[in-house]
Amino acid sequence: MLNWANFSSQLFNGLVSGALLALISAGLTIIYGTLGVLNLAHGALFMLGGYAGFVAFQETDSFVVAVIAGAVFVGIVGIVLERTIVRFFYDRPDEDQILVTFGLGIVLVELVRFGFGSLSQSISPPAWAAGVTSLGFMLYPTYRLLVFAIVAAALGGLYLLLYRTRLGLVVRAGIEDATMVDALGINVQRTFMTVFGIGAMAAGFAGIINAPIISITPNVGDDILIECFVVVVIGGVGSFPGAIVGGLVAGEIMSLTSMIDPSYSAVMLFAAMALVLALRPQGLFGTR
Amino acid sequence: MGTDLNKGGLTRRAALLRGASLAGGAILPIGLPTWAFAADYPPLGNFPEGVAGSTVFVGIDVPLTGTYADAGADEQKGIELAIEHLNGGNDLIKKISPKTTKGVLGKEVKSGAADEQAKANVAVQNATQFITDKKAMVVIGSVSSATAVALNHLAQDKKVIYLPGISGSNDTTGKDCTRYSFRACHYAYSASAAIAPVLLKALGKDRKAAYLTPDYTYGHTVYDSMTKFTEAAGWKTITNQLAPLGAPDYSALLLNIANSGADVLVNIGFGNDAVNSIKQAKQFGLLDKMTLVMPYLSPFLAKQVGADLMAGVYGTTEFWWTYGEKDATAKQFADAFKAKYGYNPEWGAHAGYLQIALWARAVETAGTFYPPEVIKAYENGEHIKDSTLGEVWWRPQDHQLVRPVFVVKGKKQADMKGPDDYYDIVEVVPGEGIMQAPDAFGCKLGEAT
Repeated sequence: MLNWANFSSQLFNGLVSGALLALISAGLTIIYGTLGVLNLAHGALFMLGGYAGFVAFQETDSFVVAVIAGAVFVGIVGIVLERTIVRFFYDRPDEDQILVTFGLGIVLVELVRFGFGSLSQSISPPAWAAGVTSLGFMLYPTYRLLVFAIVAAALGGLYLLLYRTRLGLVVRAGIEDATMVDALGINVQRTFMTVFGIGAMAAGFAGIINAPIISITPNVGDDILIECFVVVVIGGVGSFPGAIVGGLVAGEIMSLTSMIDPSYSAVMLFAAMALVLALRPQGLFGTR
Repeated sequence: MGTDLNKGGLTRRAALLRGASLAGGAILPIGLPTWAFAADYPPLGNFPEGVAGSTVFVGIDVPLTGTYADAGADEQKGIELAIEHLNGGNDLIKKISPKTTKGVLGKEVKSGAADEQAKANVAVQNATQFITDKKAMVVIGSVSSATAVALNHLAQDKKVIYLPGISGSNDTTGKDCTRYSFRACHYAYSASAAIAPVLLKALGKDRKAAYLTPDYTYGHTVYDSMTKFTEAAGWKTITNQLAPLGAPDYSALLLNIANSGADVLVNIGFGNDAVNSIKQAKQFGLLDKMTLVMPYLSPFLAKQVGADLMAGVYGTTEFWWTYGEKDATAKQFADAFKAKYGYNPEWGAHAGYLQIALWARAVETAGTFYPPEVIKAYENGEHIKDSTLGEVWWRPQDHQLVRPVFVVKGKKQADMKGPDDYYDIVEVVPGEGIMQAPDAFGCKLGEAT
C-alpha cells in the first residue's frame, strides 16, 4: 500500500522493530567479539527470558517484576552455562563451539517444552501501556512505544558499560587482542564469565520485553536467532555500534519491503546481507 | 543455519537406521516369497510384508514443534485414542466401522509418531522412514497443507495409504489429489461456502474486506474461495496481505491494513500465526474499528487469545464438542477424549480420530490390506450413517469426505458455561451443498497399482 501515510507509519515501525533486534544482536555480538564464541543458544536464551518472566508474572502479576526476573534469571543461566560448559570450548575449533551452543539451545528449548508444552503463553502489557497512542500521522500501540524507550535505555546502559567502565575497557581490548590482555595480567576468565552473563541477560531481557507482543512458545527464539545473525553480519561481527545500526537497518528493510510486498521482506533482508558481504565483507562497522 | 545442522543430524541417523534394517533383512531366509501366504494379491507397497505378523503399523506424522505444534499434538491424541479404541474393540469405533471386532482384520494396531515441524521435507523424510523401516500400511497426519500435498504424492509413489489430518487447501483433494490419499476435514471451498451466507446476513452486503493470508497453498486457496463467495454478494476486497508461515511480527502488515480503509479483517492465519496476528491486531487498535472473521478456525485459538478477543467472531470449524448436545455419537467421542486427556477435543483430534475409524472401516469392508482393494472400499460410495458428524460419505472422484461444516461464533466470557465453552454453533451446514464439482480444482487421482 504505497501512500504517504503508510510510508511514514512503516518507517516508524521499522525503527521500533529494529530496536529490539538491535538489543538481541548486541548480546550476540558482545559474546562473539570478546570470547570468539558464536553463541547458537542465543535464541533459546531469548525464549528462556520470556518463560522466566511469564512464571514471575503468574506469581506476582507485576510486569516490572517479570522483566527483572526474566533478565536476571537468564543472566544467571548464562553464567552457569559459561562456567560449566562453554569455557571448555574457548580453545576448541569453531565447529565444536557451534555444535555445543547449538546443542545447549536444543536442550533449553526441549526442557521448556517438557515443562510448559507447545501451546503458546502470553503476558499482558501493563494496563497503563495497553492502549493505542496517536502520533498524529498514525495510531501506534502504546506498548510498542514503551518497548522502544526501554530498549533505547538498555542499549544506552550497555554503551556506558562498554565505553565508560574498566570492565568495558578490558572487553574492548579483548576484542582487539585477547592474548595481549591476558599477558597484561588481567583476569580474563572472570571477564569472560561476566561478558557471557551480560550477553545472555540482554537476550533474556529482550525475550520478556517482547513477550506481550509475540506470544511465547518454546520455538520463539528460532527465527529471531537467524535475523540476529543477519543483523550482526550487516553491522560487523563483534561490533557493538554495528549491532545497533544493523538492527535498525534490518527493521527498516523488513518494514518498508512489507509496504510493497510482505512476502519479499525476508528475501530483501538476506539480499542486503549478501550485498554487504560482497562489498564490505567485514560489515558496516567491522574492523577485521 | 540452525535448521541445516538439524537436517544433517537426522540424515545421518536415518542412514544408520537404514543400514541396520538392511542388515536385519539379510538374515531373513531367501527364496521363500513372503507374499505366497497372502492369498491372491501380488506384493504392492508394504503389502503383504507390513501385515505378515500379528500387527499393523500406523505412522503418525504431525508437527510437534513450531507454529502448528499445538494442533499437531492434539491431532496425535485423537489418532492414538482411535487406535486404542480399535485394539480394545470400543463401541464408538464400531459405530463408524461396524465390522470391527478388535484391531483391524484381527491385527493389533501399533503406531509411532514423528515431528514433521510443519515442513514438507521433514514430513516426507519421516513418512519415508515409517514406510521403509516400520513397513507402515498407513501414514496419517498434517496441519500444514504444504506437508499434506507432499505426502499425497509420496503415498502415491510408495503405494501406501495416506490420511491428511488438518489440511485446508483446495489443492489437497484438487490438483494435488492422489489415489492413495483421503481427506476427511473441511477445506477452503466448503468452509467459505458455509460461512459466506452467515457473514452476509450478520455483517451486511456492503463491506470492504482486508485479508491476512499465510503465503502458501492453504492461505492462497482460502483467499480464493472466500473472495469468490463474498465478492459475488457485494463485498469488496481492498487488500490481501501475504505473511510467511511462522512470521512472529505482523506490525508492518497490520499497518498496511490499518491504512487501507477496510472494515472487515478476514484472518486466514492458523496455529500460532493466528494467535500472534490477532493479538497484535488488537494492540494496533484494528479490532476496535474492524470486524474480525476467521474463515478456517485454528484449534485452541480462543484458549490462547482469550474469549474477550474472540467474542462475536465468526468462523468455521471441522468439529465443535458441544455438537454432542445434538448428536450422541459426537458426545461419545468428546466424552471419551475428555476422560483420557482432561479437555474437550479440538478439531485436529477429531479429524485424526475419524480418519483412523474410516480407514478401519474401509479395510474391514475390503477384507484385506491389499491397497487397491482398500481404495475400492473407500470409493464404493456407501453412506456412513452414524459417524461423529452424522451421515458422511466419500466422494470417489476426488477422495474428499462429504461432511458438514460447523459455522461458529465466539462467546463472551460471561456467557461461557465451562472452561472450553468458547463458541456457539450457529449452523451445521450439510456437505453436499457446499462442495465444488469434483474436477473443478483439477483432480486426477492416478492409478491404484
